[in-house]
Amino acid sequence: MALPNKPVGELKAVRDPEVDKRDVDILIIGGGMAACGTAFEIKKWADEGTKILLCDKAALERSGAVAQGLSAINTYVGENKIEDYVRMVRNDLMGIVREDLIYDLGRHVDDSVHLFEEWGLPVWKKTDDGKNMDGKKGLKLGSLKSGATPVRTGKWQIMINGESYKRIVAEAGKKALGEDNIIERCFIVELLNDKEDPNRVAGAVGFSVRENKVYIISAKTIMVACGGAVNVYQPRSVGEGKGRAWYPVWNAGSTYTMALRAGAELSMMENRFTPARFKDGYGPVGAWFLLFKAQTVNGLGENYSASDEAKAELEKYAPYGTAAVTPTCLRNHLMMKEYKEGRGPIIMKTSDALAKLGETMSKKELKHLESEAWEDFLDMSVGQAGLWCATNTEPEKKDSEVMPTEPYLLGSHSGCCGIWCSGPDEDWVPADYKWGYNRMTTVRGLFTAGDGVGCSGHKFSSGSHAEGRIVAKSMVQYLKAEGDKITGFKETDQELVDYVYKPVRNYLDHCEFTTAQDINPNYCKPAGMALRLMKMTNEYGGGTGTYYMTSGKNLEVLMDLFEMFREDLEKIAAGDLHELMRAWEITHRLYTVQAHTRHIQFREESRYPGFYYRGDFMGQNDDEWFCFTNSSYNKETNEWTLKKVPYVKIISD
Amino acid sequence: MPTFVITEKCDGCKGGDKTACMYICPNDLMVLDPNEMKAYNQEPDQCWECYSCVKICPSQAIEVRGYNDFVPMGASVVPMLGTEDVMWTCKFRNGVVKRFKFPIRTTPEGEANSYDDLKGKDLNSGLLSTQEADGYEFPTPQELA
Repeated sequence: MALPNKPVGELKAVRDPEVDKRDVDILIIGGGMAACGTAFEIKKWADEGTKILLCDKAALERSGAVAQGLSAINTYVGENKIEDYVRMVRNDLMGIVREDLIYDLGRHVDDSVHLFEEWGLPVWKKTDDGKNMDGKKGLKLGSLKSGATPVRTGKWQIMINGESYKRIVAEAGKKALGEDNIIERCFIVELLNDKEDPNRVAGAVGFSVRENKVYIISAKTIMVACGGAVNVYQPRSVGEGKGRAWYPVWNAGSTYTMALRAGAELSMMENRFTPARFKDGYGPVGAWFLLFKAQTVNGLGENYSASDEAKAELEKYAPYGTAAVTPTCLRNHLMMKEYKEGRGPIIMKTSDALAKLGETMSKKELKHLESEAWEDFLDMSVGQAGLWCATNTEPEKKDSEVMPTEPYLLGSHSGCCGIWCSGPDEDWVPADYKWGYNRMTTVRGLFTAGDGVGCSGHKFSSGSHAEGRIVAKSMVQYLKAEGDKITGFKETDQELVDYVYKPVRNYLDHCEFTTAQDINPNYCKPAGMALRLMKMTNEYGGGTGTYYMTSGKNLEVLMDLFEMFREDLEKIAAGDLHELMRAWEITHRLYTVQAHTRHIQFREESRYPGFYYRGDFMGQNDDEWFCFTNSSYNKETNEWTLKKVPYVKIISD
Repeated sequence: MPTFVITEKCDGCKGGDKTACMYICPNDLMVLDPNEMKAYNQEPDQCWECYSCVKICPSQAIEVRGYNDFVPMGASVVPMLGTEDVMWTCKFRNGVVKRFKFPIRTTPEGEANSYDDLKGKDLNSGLLSTQEADGYEFPTPQELA
């Protein structure tokens, strides 16, 4: 007789969960910056009595990418021209972006930053004689809204004391929406289409990570904003350290997968982000480059990015490569060249930078500077501080290595993959870029924001919040105009419960067969599937293992592996509620990374050298590929369709 | 840097209405073993070292041990979260200790103004509610291609 098997987690899953049915007008899926923006804004526009619900996989106070905090707000337009913001984003993303969405973001983002400060977020200020004041001392200089000067590290970034950034933003969102309208630890896993009009949303289904309960929610309009995708490629650390991803490890591609399975068109999914960060700890380098003016050198001590050879390389990618600010991918590209030609590692000369600053600073000022350098880590990447402590790294004495990370998929940072969304309904927006409601996807009633909106990167935390607020207003417009057109979804309660709890049934049906629950020929476990997915993408899909290189043949192999993976997901097993969450996350990751690599397969050029390369189509090919690439998926037939969509330049050079 | 729970200090938040670390962990890692009334990290290789549980723990029972696949032993980074500031104690492997204090918020907790009484007027304009209330002049692009 087999020994009694016991699931690992504390919250055992049962075969037949309780069903909790909700009927709402507006459903917000996600709890990060974008969703908190929607939560803050929505009741200001909705009629009295409108039923609104927000479902967050975690706890609003510390969910999403800003859970840990941030040391800067990367998008604050302030004294700059919005047109210049569009130009910066366009150049960084190699020319192909939705300028209507970016401009629109630029005219809303500062309002959110002003609210953050009013709510209590400490924002650094510049004194008249050019000194930096932290957010508490700087209070006496007034607020940004009243005209005080922020401390800029680049043209668009401002420094903050942001340990509690998310807590503050969540507090305002929670209060505005009302705690009764928020379900935490509720993981929505699939959207449901309208039974009469399949190109419209009518609901969503998910489950509680805390109790055996399936949520079946009827909704007239839905926003999905659950961040980007992490651990879709093998991380550089494959043991305990795989949690130390640069982007939050809990971002499972849920935004893209739920939208694409509902029929929404995705755009520029080939775009990815492989940020160069301090090696292993993945601490931020922005302040070191911009605030402390540190340089990076190769293993020979050469300032490789300033060499003639580097300049010649960048000229190949004109006009982007020759612009005043080199695009992020091309900075990576130069780094990859050093590695491949044996001139690694890449070292950040923190010691030189601090010594140079020390020449003109008093001891007290230098001490303050040291504190600023540590705060940059402690506010947003504590693990990097831990790594410096563990390796006895005092940055004034010992330099640190920098290295590009594994690939991440996101639409709010320096990347632009995501969902194809309508721009604002205004005269200056090209006809093909607007279909009624700002930020609505191609599925009626389905909206997104933050990492979800494709082709408009560089919105960061503040822009994601502002975009969530834009969506709030659009959803109310949609509700008023089309709310009576929704007829409900066709799936029965039983079908939905069977679908969501299938991994639990797989487990319970077979767990007695073997003596060790993780090894069983009748099912697969999420932990193993996660490794399997990351191995295949790393080897064939342009992961770190091949210096981000892939090719048509590699991608063909990958698609076969994906298909078997998808079939095997029918047999994924979860013995407890935590594992059920992981089972659904790996499903979401599969579809998202499949969309990513299918786009790379379709776009026969290397648009983002340094992020990925098509070995069979090196270099940019503007004649054929100066366009968006959009994809859609049919979940009934398991078919993907890809196409080119024209790019329209809106803002002048 | 996975979190660990110090057996002696953890009381499972038995005096509170919820287990604090379990409530806050963004990745659902911290769980309570109800028999022992102690919490633990159930999946250390998915820990983002965000310190949310460390900061919220009422017993200071949670700390972080560097990822064993790349972090040498012997260092620690410990926060103490107050209502206005956070204090950090960073202990190096070689014994060097650095302490930092940073502001975290300039208003009392719970006092964020959610503008509950503000109602938008023109649903069809592009303005957000507070922009409308401020009389913000809504720009359109002037430098067209």
